[in-house]
Amino acid sequence: MSQTYRLPQGGRIDRSQPLTVRFNGKALQGYRGDTLASILLANGQHLVGRSFKYHRPRGILSHGSDEPSALLSVNWRAERGPGFTDPNNRASVVEAREGLETRSQNHWPSLEFDLGAVNDLLSPIFVAGFYYKTFMWPRKFWDSVYEPVIRAAAGLGKAPEVPDGDRYSNRHAHCDVLVVGAGPAGLAAALAASKDGAARVILADEGREPGGALLHDLGSTIDGKPASDWVAEAVATLDARENVVVLPRTTAFGYYNHNHVVMVERVADHRVDAAAGLPRERLWQVRAGRVILATGSHERPLVFANNDRPGIMLAESVRVFVNRYAVAPGRRIVFATSGASAYTAALDARRAGIDVTLVDLRLEEDCGPELGELRAVGVEVLTGHTVVDATGRKRVTGLVVAPIGRDGRVGARRTLPCDAVGMSGGWTPAVHLFSQSRGKLRFDVELDAFVPGQSVQAETSAGACRGLYDLAAVVADGFRAGGAEQPVEASASRTGFQPARVLPTDADPAKVRAFIDFQNDVTAKDIKLAVREGFESIEHVKRYTTTGMATDQGKTSNMNALGLVAGLLDKEIPAVGTTTFRPPYTPVTFGALIGPSRDALFEPVRKTALHQWAESQGAAFENVALWKRAWYFPKAGEDMHRAVSRECKAVRETVGIFDASTLGKIEVVGPDAAEFMNRIYTNAWTKLEPGRCRYGLMLREDGYVMDDGVVARLAHDRFHVTTTTGGAARVLQHMEDYLQTEWPELDVFLTSITEQWAVIALQGPKAREVIAPFVSDIDLDPAAFPHMAVRTGYICGVPTRLFRVSFTGELGYEINVPADYAESVWKTLWERGQTLGMVPYGTETMHVLRAEKGYIIVGQETDGTVSPDDLGLGGLVSKVKPDFIGKRSLARPDLVGSGRKQLVGLLGKDPAEVLDEGAQIVATPDQPVPMTMIGHVTSSYHSPNCGRSIAMAMLVDGRSRIGETLYVTTPSGFTTATVCEPVFFEPKGERFNA
Amino acid sequence: MRRFSLTTLVKQAMNAHAGWERQWRNPEPKASYDAVIVGGGGHGLATAYYLAKEHGLTNVAVLERGWIGGGNTGRNTTIVRSNYLYDESAGLYEHAMKLWEGLSQDLNYNVMFSQRGVLMLAHNVHDVQSFKRHIYANRLNGVDNEWLSAEECKAFCPPLTLDPNIRYPVMGGALQRRGGTARHDAVAWGYARGADARGVDIIQNCEVLGLKRNRDGSVAGVETSRGFIGAKRVGVVAAGHTSVVMNRFGLRMPLESFPLQALVSEPVKPVFPCVVMSNAVHAYISQSDKGELVIGAGTDQYVSYSQQGGIHITNHTLDAICELFPQFTRMRMLRSWGGIVDVTPDRSPIIGKTEVSGLYVNCGWGTGGFKATPGSGHVFAHTIATGEPHKINAPFALDRFRTGRLIDEAAAAAVAH
Amino acid sequence: MLVITCPNCGDRPELEFRCGGEAHIARPQTPAELDDGQWGAFLFTRTNPKGVHAERWIHQHGCGRWFNALRDTVSDRLIATYPMGTPRPDAGAGAAPSSPASPTSQP
Repeated sequence: MSQTYRLPQGGRIDRSQPLTVRFNGKALQGYRGDTLASILLANGQHLVGRSFKYHRPRGILSHGSDEPSALLSVNWRAERGPGFTDPNNRASVVEAREGLETRSQNHWPSLEFDLGAVNDLLSPIFVAGFYYKTFMWPRKFWDSVYEPVIRAAAGLGKAPEVPDGDRYSNRHAHCDVLVVGAGPAGLAAALAASKDGAARVILADEGREPGGALLHDLGSTIDGKPASDWVAEAVATLDARENVVVLPRTTAFGYYNHNHVVMVERVADHRVDAAAGLPRERLWQVRAGRVILATGSHERPLVFANNDRPGIMLAESVRVFVNRYAVAPGRRIVFATSGASAYTAALDARRAGIDVTLVDLRLEEDCGPELGELRAVGVEVLTGHTVVDATGRKRVTGLVVAPIGRDGRVGARRTLPCDAVGMSGGWTPAVHLFSQSRGKLRFDVELDAFVPGQSVQAETSAGACRGLYDLAAVVADGFRAGGAEQPVEASASRTGFQPARVLPTDADPAKVRAFIDFQNDVTAKDIKLAVREGFESIEHVKRYTTTGMATDQGKTSNMNALGLVAGLLDKEIPAVGTTTFRPPYTPVTFGALIGPSRDALFEPVRKTALHQWAESQGAAFENVALWKRAWYFPKAGEDMHRAVSRECKAVRETVGIFDASTLGKIEVVGPDAAEFMNRIYTNAWTKLEPGRCRYGLMLREDGYVMDDGVVARLAHDRFHVTTTTGGAARVLQHMEDYLQTEWPELDVFLTSITEQWAVIALQGPKAREVIAPFVSDIDLDPAAFPHMAVRTGYICGVPTRLFRVSFTGELGYEINVPADYAESVWKTLWERGQTLGMVPYGTETMHVLRAEKGYIIVGQETDGTVSPDDLGLGGLVSKVKPDFIGKRSLARPDLVGSGRKQLVGLLGKDPAEVLDEGAQIVATPDQPVPMTMIGHVTSSYHSPNCGRSIAMAMLVDGRSRIGETLYVTTPSGFTTATVCEPVFFEPKGERFNA
Repeated sequence: MRRFSLTTLVKQAMNAHAGWERQWRNPEPKASYDAVIVGGGGHGLATAYYLAKEHGLTNVAVLERGWIGGGNTGRNTTIVRSNYLYDESAGLYEHAMKLWEGLSQDLNYNVMFSQRGVLMLAHNVHDVQSFKRHIYANRLNGVDNEWLSAEECKAFCPPLTLDPNIRYPVMGGALQRRGGTARHDAVAWGYARGADARGVDIIQNCEVLGLKRNRDGSVAGVETSRGFIGAKRVGVVAAGHTSVVMNRFGLRMPLESFPLQALVSEPVKPVFPCVVMSNAVHAYISQSDKGELVIGAGTDQYVSYSQQGGIHITNHTLDAICELFPQFTRMRMLRSWGGIVDVTPDRSPIIGKTEVSGLYVNCGWGTGGFKATPGSGHVFAHTIATGEPHKINAPFALDRFRTGRLIDEAAAAAVAH
Repeated sequence: MLVITCPNCGDRPELEFRCGGEAHIARPQTPAELDDGQWGAFLFTRTNPKGVHAERWIHQHGCGRWFNALRDTVSDRLIATYPMGTPRPDAGAGAAPSSPASPTSQP
């Protein structure tokens, strides 16, 4: 029984291109041009899913992106293996193509027979917010029983389980005019806006082809032409204009600040022949001079008992399936409406040979000419009738209607047998993007809807999205919005409706289950309960009942909920509030949002000029800020501990070579450079001789240590500043900030030179011996070139800024060379160094060696709340300078008092045991929790050169506790450690003078 | 107040739920109150509840500009944890945690507090050091927090990738098993119902426009959009709008307000058993009882009251989420929103007295206020009722910005070297 | 994402800029003369207005220059940018109301 419900002719489908999709394993036939929804209907499959809470059988409600019920799991590329399945796809918008495998959701064991439907029987208990009132006793049952059960019941489809097989791309675009929506208003707007050829125009539409509602409008004419011809001409005209980009299958889902509109284009899912590399979706970030919103409107369902039965759909959707897809949703269709537009649907269905009846809530005299037109083709129309029930369970079998008297009394019931229902409760303009743009909505009583009020951004709404429903008015409005008004002739549309909230019924309202939010199973009863319990703002009602919170975000339900609440409270709708619409308009894949920002492109990787060499030596790397730094250089069979021990010893015995290129480097140049340095650093710079270096400490204005590093004065007006690796950008920003905004009178230039100079550190007794043969124009004799001096000259014929500095306590040089030459210099030094026992070492060894000497690392010993004095570096704070950044803060009461943590050394009881970094220190463990903590371990290592473990710590009044034995936490308890000076190796500090 | 229980629920089910009464009244404001709370979010409602329950102060009004719980209470990612580093913070958040653990029963309102565990991932050596410092400090403060190896992290949170080739591979994590999530709206409603039942007036759609003071400078009451309301004591708990309210009172605050964004995915069957946070890559994620993945993003860089940030902020967060959980790229963002968070210079809250006698303030919770709701209300109620801070909130006085005794959790956690 | 008009480079996306917080808070000439309260206020107290806000921005990934901007913190509309050291321009007409009575309570 293939496509039993396919009409013999018509529709915008290509009958020459048949295709097969699978639904729950069953093959269904369709044509190119179909959606999954139209194929399901063509094959008589109305039952397509189970609802969220009650597991009620559900069908297809709509033909578009407002569909709340027909959600399917789709495997888009079964032939390519796993990684192409995702849940919750709206059958109404998925374009059918050969090979799609789809499954219904939220049932067990099967769609037809779902044990979860027991929830439907318990619905008297499972009302809105029931879970707030129970599951509280016994207390322990919440964690072990109730919550796991609730969680297991939640959710719709299954999340993907394996990494995505697809890729996504991202594109930025600028235009003068962005038109969202290519229905009659949008097409007219794009035509007008692009007319003179100057304005760059982008026209985006979520559908597969431009035209919007005109694609299923067989009867209307515009300027004397059939609507479809008008569309074809408009599209051809736009296509021919070089200044226009037309983007079908592109949903504008977010309207952000400053006319930043974000759209997602579906690139590959609809293509059978999609090449493997083709992105699945593309994110468009458009910055538009002006935005024209032509987003149309959504039809409202009617709210009556069992209005959720499969086969009951929106009236306009019936029309779409009949006209656009040539599918009869049923053989016998009853339309139920409170307005005129459904008559058009009924007429079209009748014309397609379907048996039609129409029930109108409006009284005879309130109806327009549509009434006569429909009766004229022999259709029975019942005016002044309400719908009180629907029969059938997995498919509607009849609509129970009854007349309403002038006094509002509901008369005798009558059942209209049918196999499909088209319902219409009126229309709601799609103001989502307007609201996202922060425009203020205005309630229009005539239209019974919110429409755009005051704009906040450069934006105009046109057509149905601002409440115009007559075709001529819509097209004219599009031209106006596009900037070129012109008269439009079009056939008259059937418009106007009487707001219908919950349809009058003779049934006990307590027993009626009339759905407002189809997906979240929210009934009118639930909303009444919420109002009864004091939830009066629509925001409260939404949150208490979950109405409007499902994957359709209330496109079909919001106005019905709002109207119902307003009616219950006897208030005007605006007094109850409207929801502020937030992005996205329809759900957007994470993949599209992140685009290519994955793996290596998640955040940039910075590598030094010497990275490859380190890699070739088998180095392990660690992430430090954005950099990859060589961590240690294991030899065959070595673990980190052994490699680091070997490296540490070698540096102190012979010499080690280390890549220090990641240190931040800033050149401070100009007549006022020294004055600038005086203001930025705690210490004084005026008297530093050119050719000398000094360790500098920098504070934030709040007095806490911000960064440190060695600074060389290259000339009277030129400083070469180094910073920590992670602090480089921050320090330059800090300096620029003060220079430009506080001290613009200072004649100084700041330049980042981190990338320009690579830094090769040679540390160890044999350092001079290694470099001596290659250095020219610099006298390396210790008398001529002492510790903390800097010289410029050449190494291996390459210009160098040669620092004689030490972060290890050994004789050491930091060889700055232009980054392009770094590898060749390094290799030359390496070749010679090997003959002298040189080793390469990484950051871990660097850390151990500096800790042996008690040198701090900003960010390890400090945490943003540490002052210079806390670190024992009070001597670096100038007493003479009247001011520098942070000076005033150092005098605040909390920074001068006792009881601050101070830097000390710690020697654990067991020399073989390395204390945990981050371990806490207490005076005694014999105290109740919470204990008084007096410090913490900041650095801790096994020191091969000391032959034992060493640690540094910040300890309350630590400098007065030298010699005390304290308790330090371990994973299993406590150990003891003795407080000592924070220097463990060669306290005299003479080796670097060698 | 009709008690909530399975019995009453079943009884009402047989009565078509016609017997449920309002969860809180909708009273007209009285001429004066013993105390007025400005701000009907979770913290303000909790303050009123504890004023009534613990201090017998029932002649109290909560004034809310819009609808209760409509601000950050209903806009956060509902994470609850107490594993903060400093003693002061641990004291405050652990106080809150203990209240959370009995809150549903205390309020007779199921706030769905779910102790599913909060796992904070370490991605570099600095993270490891920092987390261990937290863990040890927490242990001595009586706060549960434990170190998990990378493999243990994966066992606890199976969707997590341990791929060593991602940009910042997981090196381990700190797990607070008692941490978790709660149903945010229910917290506001539960406190409102509890406070109302004890006599507190909850007055919605009432904007506070100014402060009236007695001749001696002390608080006399507040001017509102619904007229003058006398008050002996006024407590401002207005989150992102605290500066606005305090400016109307003629006081300036050490606060800046930023948009903070969050988003949820479409609902799916249970796939994510716990809460995962990663400071290094900026992402927080859990799965709601409804099935949505709830994801917290960062703040924009500029002051704004717009409740709308840039999409680049959410995109970057999703970058991080998909880095850690690469199978989620086919999930879809269903809804995104913004809150306005008030941030102090040290990222810790201000709870205490002001320079005006009778005026108290509770603000500056930044991106992490939800988890503190019960504790915050509890100690603020104490402060208002007794005129002096509870020992737990004493360190969080406004005066610390003068003395320099900052409580800088952010600095302690996030400095790269 | 905002579009910010750099006084030197013109309209550029926000990603190129970094915000430096409230403008026109000059560093005291002689901090030592301030008491702790005054110094604390300089460091930390901010206007944080709901309405027009004068703030500092740097065109970090552009010309590298700091400048000031007026922005409405309710609509996020950029009202003006102006060079460092020049006085705050009159916000003028069109700025969002920041008076206490402004209707800010729409749900």
